[in-house]
Amino acid sequence: MAFDYDQYIRAGKLPHIWCPGCTYGIVFKSILRVVDTLKLNRDDIAMVSGIGCASRLPGYVDFNTLHTAHGRALPFATGLKMAKPDKHVLVVSGDGDATAIGGNHFIHACRRNIDITVLVFNNFIYGMTGGQYSPTTPSGHLATTMPYGNIDTSFNIPELAKGAGASFVARGTAYHAAGLDKLIIEAMQHKGLSVVEIINACPTTHGRRNKFKSPTDMLLWMKDTYIPAVAFDKLPPEKTAGKFPMGVLFKKEGLPEYCENYYGLVERLKKQREGRA
Amino acid sequence: MSERYEIRFSGSGGQGLILAGVIFAEAATIYDTKTAVQSQSYGPEARGGASKSEVIISDKTINFPKATAIDLMLALTQEACSKYYKDIKPDGTLLVDEDFVKEIPKGTFKVLRLPIIRTASEEIGKAFVANIVAIGAITAITGQVSLEAVEKAVLSRVPKGTEELNKKALKAGYDLAKARAK
Amino acid sequence: MGKIKLLQGNEACAEGALYAGCTFFGGYPITPSTEVAEYLARRLPQIGGVFLQMEDEIAAMAAVIGGSLAGCKALTATSGPGFSLKQENMGFAMLTEIPCVIVNVMRGGPSTGVPTGPGQSDIMQCKWGTHGDHPVICLTPAYVQEIFSETVRAFNLSEKYRTPVIIAFDEIVGHMRERIEIPDAGVLEIVNRVKPTCPPSEYLPYDDSKGDVPPMANFFEGYRYHVTGLNHGTDGFPVNASPRIHTDELRLLRKVEANRAEIIKFEEYMLDDAEVAIFAYGVSGRSAKTAVEMARAEGIKAGLFRPLTIWPFPDEQVAELAGRVKGIVVPELSLGQIIFEVERCAKGRCKLEGIYRVDGDPINPAQILAKVKEVK
Repeated sequence: MAFDYDQYIRAGKLPHIWCPGCTYGIVFKSILRVVDTLKLNRDDIAMVSGIGCASRLPGYVDFNTLHTAHGRALPFATGLKMAKPDKHVLVVSGDGDATAIGGNHFIHACRRNIDITVLVFNNFIYGMTGGQYSPTTPSGHLATTMPYGNIDTSFNIPELAKGAGASFVARGTAYHAAGLDKLIIEAMQHKGLSVVEIINACPTTHGRRNKFKSPTDMLLWMKDTYIPAVAFDKLPPEKTAGKFPMGVLFKKEGLPEYCENYYGLVERLKKQREGRA
Repeated sequence: MSERYEIRFSGSGGQGLILAGVIFAEAATIYDTKTAVQSQSYGPEARGGASKSEVIISDKTINFPKATAIDLMLALTQEACSKYYKDIKPDGTLLVDEDFVKEIPKGTFKVLRLPIIRTASEEIGKAFVANIVAIGAITAITGQVSLEAVEKAVLSRVPKGTEELNKKALKAGYDLAKARAK
Repeated sequence: MGKIKLLQGNEACAEGALYAGCTFFGGYPITPSTEVAEYLARRLPQIGGVFLQMEDEIAAMAAVIGGSLAGCKALTATSGPGFSLKQENMGFAMLTEIPCVIVNVMRGGPSTGVPTGPGQSDIMQCKWGTHGDHPVICLTPAYVQEIFSETVRAFNLSEKYRTPVIIAFDEIVGHMRERIEIPDAGVLEIVNRVKPTCPPSEYLPYDDSKGDVPPMANFFEGYRYHVTGLNHGTDGFPVNASPRIHTDELRLLRKVEANRAEIIKFEEYMLDDAEVAIFAYGVSGRSAKTAVEMARAEGIKAGLFRPLTIWPFPDEQVAELAGRVKGIVVPELSLGQIIFEVERCAKGRCKLEGIYRVDGDPINPAQILAKVKEVK
């Protein structure tokens, strides 16, 4: 029986705004399958976003949804999570949203290791504003604000997240959709801040300026470029040039989680008071 | 504005002058029946060096909250004395520690010299209660707040276990000023 | 009888917030507002509330909105550059109608300016700081007791009208200590946001058919809805069409404008027979009160109009005053801001003189008295 996506989609809010050939729809469906697999109650989920194409996703899903300001999803989400630590808070963001304007929030959410799942839709470009270069645009690529080719250096989002203290870091792609479900499931089950970088394609503002003949070409590029981490680690250096590992890249259980720390403090103070009384 | 009485506590950072101001204000407005406003310097000025805390006491509501015509200024260090004396009223009082303030600025104000720090370290045995000795002296000199109210305020603010020490310091300062006034 | 304490203005603000039922604080250290955060860092964990020091001012404002959306009464406190940084998300809360309270302990500026000195030069920023047209409620207490009670009022107004409320007071009032009485619980009225009673399937978060302030559902309570910083329809989803945007923005302004009588609060001091009025708030209002007493002692009929609500501006009251005095003196710790609002309402019916000061000291009563004599 085909999966019933409609049970999680807000009636009447589709079609989505994404262009033909955009891979966000693939991730969108993956998230809905994950919620279903984990049997989460829709009332207990908040999905928070900032600004950008990915940030429109919360409008389509039937959860508590919050579409905030550019780069700011994580601190809004932190407020929700701290107020209601037993609820699931899921952030959807983009490469520019999470690592440029929201970079400070991103690293500090990682550092706090607060129990929020962050899905970073990396399409290597500012799509909504028409194709300006982002912190992940590959070197040499053309963008409207890098008309002579990108001279800027890129972020490696998983490395950034790991370095900043996230306790679960993974990378998936829109091409490897089945694997993506597993990564998001694991991320959402993980206690602590989990980051999943999801490689996406923006044919409209990135692909067509950078010698991708079609959206399919971009998916095939993902297929060739992203290699399961286990296999990647075994390759000799000459074979990894221009390739990247995917899968769970870093995971550490039992690290201090911010809500637990905070409410642990609340409990401790309460006991102290009761002890005195 | 004659119903206002303005006190400036000055010395160096760490001598407990901000606390002295807070205690005196509490004595006046919580344990006595006056109104009071306490303020202090902030920022780089408040770290080390000269530091000050001010209390305005009145029988009426205090509106303008800054001390600008000082009735009594305490100076525990030379630096603070030289830096802050200028706002003392022509008929005001400058109370200095007689061991640490040797150069008395010129002015028409009255000058009182008391061994505040020496009293704390020798008579009480703890230099850190110099601020409480000073409060005792100021209570006697100004007559603005009752000694009972000041004692209550002191006891509510000092660390547990130091109550007797501080009571002694307060009394020593009070007696010191009373004796000199004679 | 409540609790009597000697508190700083900033501490009284924190106590006012707790009295109002605040259980969430998000902030970032900045002088001269930090004591609000420090006080709540001690108190909120004791009562099971949330205290969060965020990575920056922007994040602090965002967290506060998140906390409020999850059902907490939420507060942030800041100063100077921090207030500038908060503007983006304050606009978000205004458009999405999420209650919260923002304290701005005003210092000198622009830029780093005078972090430890008082200022009143953010007062137009309080009104116009974020982009776009938006409703603003801004309260300006001047006494420590008043900071307590106005903080309670700020939360009440915020909850009642589903809008952020700003409390703006200067460094002097924020840092000075005065005696305050914290009333027992129940003495001051506490207002809580109105929640929907309809079934979730029928809930429209921005339904204006039954009044300008629609009931607000908290997240995670069964009303799954969408909140967006885009202009939106009654269902909360983005709308990019005429005339909805226009009419909805008018409603946002109307929430405040139509309730001016309830929101606007002020003190009139010896104004009945006054020939010269002083319009002043915050520490300048305190100086002005002393100046009035000095003037009266000299037989000069001076009086004070001291707004406790600066936004919405007390247009009618100032207009009426301008019609019956020879002149209005406006002392402010800026180079001339609120005087233009007074001028707008006075419409040339009386003389108008400003006293401006931005050197880190308050305007003293003698300065004001001298100006009163000029105007007389």
